[in-house]
Amino acid sequence: MAEMSMGQALNTALTLAMQGDDRVFLAGEGVGVSIHQDPNMPTHGLLEKFGPQRIKDTPVSEAAIAGLAVGASVMGLRPVVEIMFFPFITLASDMLVNHAGKLRYLSGGKSSFPLTVRVKAGIGFGAGCQHSHNLEAWIAHSPGLKLVWPSTPHDAKGLLLSAIFDPDPVIMVEDMMLYWMKGEVPEGDYRIPIGQARLVAEGTDCTVVAYGAALYTALKGVKALAAEGITCDIIDLRSLVPLDKACLLSSVRKTGRLVVVHEANRFCGYGAELAAIAAEEAFRDLKGPIQRVAAPQIPVPGSPPQEQFYKPSAESVAAAIRAAIRG
Amino acid sequence: MALQPIPADMQQHLLAQMVLIRRFEEKIINLCQKEGCLPGMQILAVGQEAVAVGIVAALEPNDIIVSNHRSHGHLLARGANPDALMAEIMGKVSGVGHGKAGTLHLSVPEVNALMTSTVVGAGPPMAAGAAFAQQYCATGGVTAVFFGDGAAAEGSVHEAMNLASLWKLPLLFVCENNCWAGAQKSSQHCSTQDISKRGEAYDMPGVKVDGNDVEQVYDLARRMIAHCRSGQGPALIEAKTYRMRGHGEKDRQHYVDKSEIEYWAKLCPVARYRQKLLSGGVISETQLLKMERQAIERVEAAVAFAEKSAYPPPESALSDVWTAPENA
Repeated sequence: MAEMSMGQALNTALTLAMQGDDRVFLAGEGVGVSIHQDPNMPTHGLLEKFGPQRIKDTPVSEAAIAGLAVGASVMGLRPVVEIMFFPFITLASDMLVNHAGKLRYLSGGKSSFPLTVRVKAGIGFGAGCQHSHNLEAWIAHSPGLKLVWPSTPHDAKGLLLSAIFDPDPVIMVEDMMLYWMKGEVPEGDYRIPIGQARLVAEGTDCTVVAYGAALYTALKGVKALAAEGITCDIIDLRSLVPLDKACLLSSVRKTGRLVVVHEANRFCGYGAELAAIAAEEAFRDLKGPIQRVAAPQIPVPGSPPQEQFYKPSAESVAAAIRAAIRG
Repeated sequence: MALQPIPADMQQHLLAQMVLIRRFEEKIINLCQKEGCLPGMQILAVGQEAVAVGIVAALEPNDIIVSNHRSHGHLLARGANPDALMAEIMGKVSGVGHGKAGTLHLSVPEVNALMTSTVVGAGPPMAAGAAFAQQYCATGGVTAVFFGDGAAAEGSVHEAMNLASLWKLPLLFVCENNCWAGAQKSSQHCSTQDISKRGEAYDMPGVKVDGNDVEQVYDLARRMIAHCRSGQGPALIEAKTYRMRGHGEKDRQHYVDKSEIEYWAKLCPVARYRQKLLSGGVISETQLLKMERQAIERVEAAVAFAEKSAYPPPESALSDVWTAPENA
């Protein structure tokens, strides 16, 4: 075990994958020479380690970057491409939605597209709505794409290695605000299975589900309720597609309540699916209304107080848990 | 530039392939009249056979092709099994995609036609990926991607051209300029009447060719493919041809002047080449008749195979999304 930041953990995963398998290459805008010289950036130092044949800085061309991944993966390579900010994925979306996610199906299962797209995401760095906009619901709504989202350095490394060596397309969302967060990371190659959630804490009164940076908001909200004698199951999803339905439902059946927390817009957000699944499959166990803590239906605003207003807060999580319990 | 001489057996091969493709697509036109026989839209490349055949004949077996919605000719020229193509067009389980692709998304990995997209302009970025893999693994292979004059307006095509040229990828861009994008003629949708000129903007050779002359296409393709294979980067061929049918079979071409269709009918690539080989003594009347008969028999056999095949069970629609079913 070593203590390192999430960015370093991702860097370690990329290094291991590239050392162990010549089929792995990286491509994206600034994955080689970056404007950032921060060792907490996931691709920091990789160009020096692996050279320009395997670390490919690309033009500002998201469709070409994603197309590169699609075409190289069906040829047997293991591309790991980067989309610099989540909202830019719209520029790559045809390649991802209509091709990465569908071509295997259209081939009747003959072809595989083992590609990984790393997407830098997050809200809270003041860049506004065209750099901050969590679009996970768009990805999750598109068949054929797996979607993972780590919240700890440990999971970041293990999930990225799983993504790179998964036989299907995987979108990995990285919360940039967590790149500097430190945690214990095991040595060597280990994998966090895609599709397995993590039960972060156990409690009796409510199930709180979150992923990525929103997990920490959820944790703070739950902690604030300890004084009131309220305890919660806290689930870190880690994998949004496929979803660990068993983990979600067994917890909801136990606590009888569900609060979902994410930084994306509430309306038609990923939390709506979790709420629907709980309502469909655990209705008789529910003791109170399902609550969603999410962003209002507005773009991410630029001014710091507005941006804080946009993001779910620990207080709003606590209030949602109380509302779920109150019934 | 004078054409490189083409051996007689290759000339006969080029003609035989064009005849097979024409018969295959004419059969589809015919089947379209039968109510309920073919699902979906049928998008044909009648009149464009010389492009598919000329380009593909210049490729090596381990080269890759990336096709589009007008794919039958590309795939047949590449050697795809007509039985499995026809079965897929009919939505049968014995089709190349076990019924999931239908006529519009026919991919045939067995002949290195790995990716076919009906999203106009989507082929080139994926083809750049395939060409990158060929370069990365030093396979010596080349990728050829077919797209139309309509697709030439898509940003994805320009992104792919820029990347391919920047990285010197072994990628042949084949623009089949068939004069129409849907119901819009070239002058209504394209900023230039010579898309080949765009090669210069991306610092790659861009050459136009009579796309209804199979030998001209083949000759240019050989030179351009040699360029791509030599490590000098991509090339662009613009084949000037014509879409003799509507965009799809339900399109009655009400927006096209009859005289235009009559003009291009006289330039039919199959008839022209048949006449050329006959008058040049490369092929006899008897051989021609045999070639025609073989093509018709092959197509009829494909139809019989497809008609006999079962439809896939409805619930089989759930399979093939993921490689690992346990993760579904």
